[in-house]
Amino acid sequence: MNVFSTLWGSVTRGTLNGAVSVALTLTALSVQAADDATIKRGEYLARAADCVACHLDENGGKPYAGGRGFKLPFGMLYSPNITPDNETGIGTWSDDDFVNAMQKGVGKDGKHYYPAFPYTSYTLMSRDDILAIKAYLFSLPPVKQPNKENDISFPFNQRWGMMFWNFLFNPNERFQPDPSQSAEWNRGAYLVEGAGHCGECHTPRNLFQARDSSRNLGGAVIQGWKAYNISGDKATGIGAWPDEALASYLSTGHAEGYGVAAGPMAEAVNHSLRHLTPEDIRAMVVYLKSVPAQTYGLARPEPKMLSPEPPAKGNNPLGQKTFADACVSCHLWDGTGRQSTFAALKGLRTVNDPEATNLVQVLLGGGKLENPHGDHFMPGFARAYSDQELAAVTNFVLDHFGHAKGMITAEEIAKRRNPE
Amino acid sequence: MTKNVSAQAVSLSRRRLLQASGIAVGGLLLATAMPFARRSYAEQYVNKGPEDAPLSTSTALGAFLRIGHDGRVTLISPKIEMGQGVQTGFAMMVAEELEVPLNQVVIQEAPPNEKLYGDKLLGFQATGGSSSTRSNWEPMREAAAAARIMLIQAAANQWGVSPAECRAENGMIIGPGDRQIGYGEVVDAAAQLPVPESVPLKKPEDFKVIGQPLRRLDTPGKVDGSAKFTIDLQVPNMKIATTSTCPVVGGKLLAVDDSRARALPGVRDVIKLDNAVAVIGDHMWAALQGLKALDIQWDYGPHATIDSEQIERALHAAFDREGAIATEVGDINKAIGSASSKIEAEYEMPFLAHATLEPMTCVAQVRGDTCELWVGTQVPVMAAAAAAQGSGVQPENVIVNNQLIGGGFGRRLESDFINQAAAIAKQVDYPIKLVWSREEDTAHDLYRPHYIDRFSAGLDSNGMPVGWSHTIVGASVLARFAPAAVPPNGLDADAVEVSNKPIYKLANLKVRYVPEAPKAILNSWWRGVGPLHGAYVMESFIDELALAAKQDPVAYRLKLLDEHPRAQAVLKLAAEKANWDQKLPAGHGRGIAVQEVFGSYLATVVELQVDAQNGIHINRLICVADCGIVTNPTSVRSQLEGGTLFGLSAALFNEITVHEGRVEQSNFHDYRQLRMSDAPPVEVHIIPSAELPGGIGEAGTAMIAPALVNALHAASGKRIRRLPLARAGYHVV
Amino acid sequence: MLTLTINGADHQVDVPDDMPLLWVLRDVLGMTGTKYGCGIAQCGACTVHLDGMAVRSCVLPVSNIAQGQKIVTIEAVGQSDLGKKVQNAWLEHEVVQCGYCQSGQIMSAVALLDKKPQPNDEDIDAGMSGNICRCCTYTRIRGAIKSVSQA
Repeated sequence: MNVFSTLWGSVTRGTLNGAVSVALTLTALSVQAADDATIKRGEYLARAADCVACHLDENGGKPYAGGRGFKLPFGMLYSPNITPDNETGIGTWSDDDFVNAMQKGVGKDGKHYYPAFPYTSYTLMSRDDILAIKAYLFSLPPVKQPNKENDISFPFNQRWGMMFWNFLFNPNERFQPDPSQSAEWNRGAYLVEGAGHCGECHTPRNLFQARDSSRNLGGAVIQGWKAYNISGDKATGIGAWPDEALASYLSTGHAEGYGVAAGPMAEAVNHSLRHLTPEDIRAMVVYLKSVPAQTYGLARPEPKMLSPEPPAKGNNPLGQKTFADACVSCHLWDGTGRQSTFAALKGLRTVNDPEATNLVQVLLGGGKLENPHGDHFMPGFARAYSDQELAAVTNFVLDHFGHAKGMITAEEIAKRRNPE
Repeated sequence: MTKNVSAQAVSLSRRRLLQASGIAVGGLLLATAMPFARRSYAEQYVNKGPEDAPLSTSTALGAFLRIGHDGRVTLISPKIEMGQGVQTGFAMMVAEELEVPLNQVVIQEAPPNEKLYGDKLLGFQATGGSSSTRSNWEPMREAAAAARIMLIQAAANQWGVSPAECRAENGMIIGPGDRQIGYGEVVDAAAQLPVPESVPLKKPEDFKVIGQPLRRLDTPGKVDGSAKFTIDLQVPNMKIATTSTCPVVGGKLLAVDDSRARALPGVRDVIKLDNAVAVIGDHMWAALQGLKALDIQWDYGPHATIDSEQIERALHAAFDREGAIATEVGDINKAIGSASSKIEAEYEMPFLAHATLEPMTCVAQVRGDTCELWVGTQVPVMAAAAAAQGSGVQPENVIVNNQLIGGGFGRRLESDFINQAAAIAKQVDYPIKLVWSREEDTAHDLYRPHYIDRFSAGLDSNGMPVGWSHTIVGASVLARFAPAAVPPNGLDADAVEVSNKPIYKLANLKVRYVPEAPKAILNSWWRGVGPLHGAYVMESFIDELALAAKQDPVAYRLKLLDEHPRAQAVLKLAAEKANWDQKLPAGHGRGIAVQEVFGSYLATVVELQVDAQNGIHINRLICVADCGIVTNPTSVRSQLEGGTLFGLSAALFNEITVHEGRVEQSNFHDYRQLRMSDAPPVEVHIIPSAELPGGIGEAGTAMIAPALVNALHAASGKRIRRLPLARAGYHVV
Repeated sequence: MLTLTINGADHQVDVPDDMPLLWVLRDVLGMTGTKYGCGIAQCGACTVHLDGMAVRSCVLPVSNIAQGQKIVTIEAVGQSDLGKKVQNAWLEHEVVQCGYCQSGQIMSAVALLDKKPQPNDEDIDAGMSGNICRCCTYTRIRGAIKSVSQA
């Protein structure tokens, strides 16, 4: 069963519900206070929608000033400045301009966005929530920073083409609660499918780069990373994860024995998920556990019982040596994590993936999870370790901690260093 | 026994007592600043050694001995201890000539004073260039012997006997009729006596202490955590500072928003400097967190677009410039032109960071017109000058309390971090301990120059060289470090060392040096200095010539070493120990290198195997040294073992690169160091010798890279001319 | 306020949750034998024992340490027979050069020998390769460890 059809089956075309009307009335009574409250709510929603993840140039940029590049199959796309600067940002945008952008993927100038901007998810968000985000963005200091030119090849640079795409793939419909489900479930669905736009990465795309709603949240490969199956499937999804594990993963990026976020997911945790309230996290857990199972992709490995002592020298001495040199200080030979369980390797899909997609990414580029009790990070080893060493340590990790036979070659590492 | 250095550090004024020259209250303070009419052995050595010009202009050499009323001997060491064992060596020399037990010698660090503590070989007060034993071998023993003579004289006077009837033994003077008296009881009288004109020294065959494999004095505190390095010092009311310096050399601080940093618990101050921001906290964690919370705007300055490729292009382009002739003998063009064959090669060595395990750190306090430093430095006088510049006080008002060093390797010949510490301390009314993060330390080093060397040689019909042309391009460290020491033609003696006076017999020879300072990178001394560069290129090229001549590399070298019997001896012994003539299986190979470096003769052999995936395994590493008279064989062995592996680490892994004006490496995950699993055992053989001591702290480091690449060629047929090996895809298995 | 059990004594510390044990030891409690080298668990200079296991204190937030867990540092490792033996072996083999890394080396060696009283070369590689010595005293470290195992 398709979740989207379930959701949208109950969608009614109105945008404002009763609760919002009440809020508007309150606004009239106390303008300043309500403004602050709206801004605060907008800030929270902007976090939930993880706007900053894309609208921040990681190389010394300012939040929401854009400039981050995205390498797409058909060219380079740069996120725009969404600070309230009149010239270079969105300072002159009306409420309708902003809502159109978020729900229809159409800018103030009438140009259509590429769906790298997840408006096909944001479209589920209410006008009220969207305007709260706008109020928050407009409360920030404007940053004067001209947008970078996109470098998109023909025919994809013909933005009018997106009209047809939108006709086919953007429902442009708001979320409506499913009365047969709990309020918690509905809140979770709104956050997962709407603001949180989880499906943008975790749902595979079709030929037209639109999400394949028949495989909702069934896992996909994006930006060189595997966004794992997060449907309710017990083997390949998160169906067998205890609720506490899933909640821990969402709020800290880590669930011992189940998963550690890295790459784009770590960014989602750092910028967005870790700032959500425990209630919202719980709601997302309730919803995610209910997502119809998609049996697709990697199974989580049964955690191996390993000795804390180094294994006997096998047929991959270089891998074992490299692990001893660079890895064992944090991960330990039994993969339980030395200083922290954040470094535990047991039970992770990443160490059970014969393609080693995320494993090689992490080895090359490292990872970082922000945490109020101390950030957790791993340095990237791309610069100082050879292709042979990285291939060998990849294979050692797969063999030793997972059930996959590591077959990664030095040539493969070289390719992944410089992806096309 | 060494004194606890940290305890001295906190007692602020003790060192100042020692600055007086002459007689100290309650004891004998003996200066040996050139008190002797005749030229010392060291001086004679200098004038024929490879370092004679331009650095040997020192006017004073000396060390102080102080003998207390309790008989305890304090050796005020002109050289800092950074693991090389030098202070134990000095103490052994003193114990030998002064006739005191080694454990009666206490070591204190010398204050900045060029006149008293300037190094004879280096020309200034510094610990470096593997000069410490060479420069002090004579004066240190002379100081102790003079003190012994004066003590004996004082005792003899007291007893009314001839000094000839008395002798010194075990901290006592023993006279006729079982008379004996402790040193402490006659020091006051001895201090009134003139320094003797003639100070005979013990003959090597009479040595009781020198030559013994004794344990170092500074090690007990280093195995139980009690030894204090600069980073460990706690001065009352001190706070911890850490900095972010503009990532591009020459950049400036434009503005900083410190509101978030100041709000963090434990953050005390945020200090702006010209090219850096410092956060001061109650502890390093607060300071580090504060640094992360800063919003800094830099003016990156003119080097913000420089990358490694541009730097290398500029170095290559420099070959077209004339530069300075270091050596020219015979007619090189004619010799090579008429040779039966001609060989050419180009070698390249990367920028290297020092990566001392104790990062740059300095405790500084500015009070009124004085600045006090507690810092491990290889250059106390320059440290004082840097602190004066940073704090605005007069150099003579800077007090330097030198400390144990957690890794020098040349990095602490620089005082940039001391200048920064003083500049921060100037802005606050409490002492600060500046501690650089590893990331700052890696990216704001002053790096070993990137050198490119081009050789061209003509061989006669027997394959022997008849002409040898060598051009060196690279930054002149000396031109930045001590511009006055560079002659007008720009010839940097360090850049051409080993190369300009080849130990090999070469009839026609031309060595040219073209200085080329890279943009965005500052260069400095790095363990091994000139000889590290010289030995690598010379020993690589001579190996290529031997192979071109289809001759055995050892036999070929021996033919060219007629005039250097000591070089021949180390070479032969190394070959013998390595079973040089025994055939190895396919994929295995041996490589050798021999040179005179730092006044010592070394030969190093690497025996390795290489697999089809470029995995290298070193099976044997042999190092043979003739370093003259050995003070402490254990220290010599340790230095050869460690120094060789230190050089191996760089030759295998290290290269600093630049992108957009910034150094790309940051920490040990991307600037890798040799680990236990990479380290082969080092077999050291010391040839007994009665020659004057040679330097040893850097000698092993200088020799390993050529032996390694020569072995790799022997094993695989592949000649690596550009270091490190990792660049060519090699790794260690 | 956290209570840390270090070298047999309880210490109350009022520090941020995310503060690594290294800086608590060095800058709050003044126990400077444990060294800072890299801050990313790549050099081992900060190694201490947590319930007998060698850990890198530079990446161990104090709030991760459970009450009652026993921390042992270089200052007290010599109170155990094995620790004392290792320290003595370090002196007998003249392992130390600059000495900055040796606190961490000794802590790693003690943890290794505690688990494996007779380590072979491979065990020593596996147990000691997380500790960098820039003076490269590896040959002597290996020798010292072996001498303890043979004693």
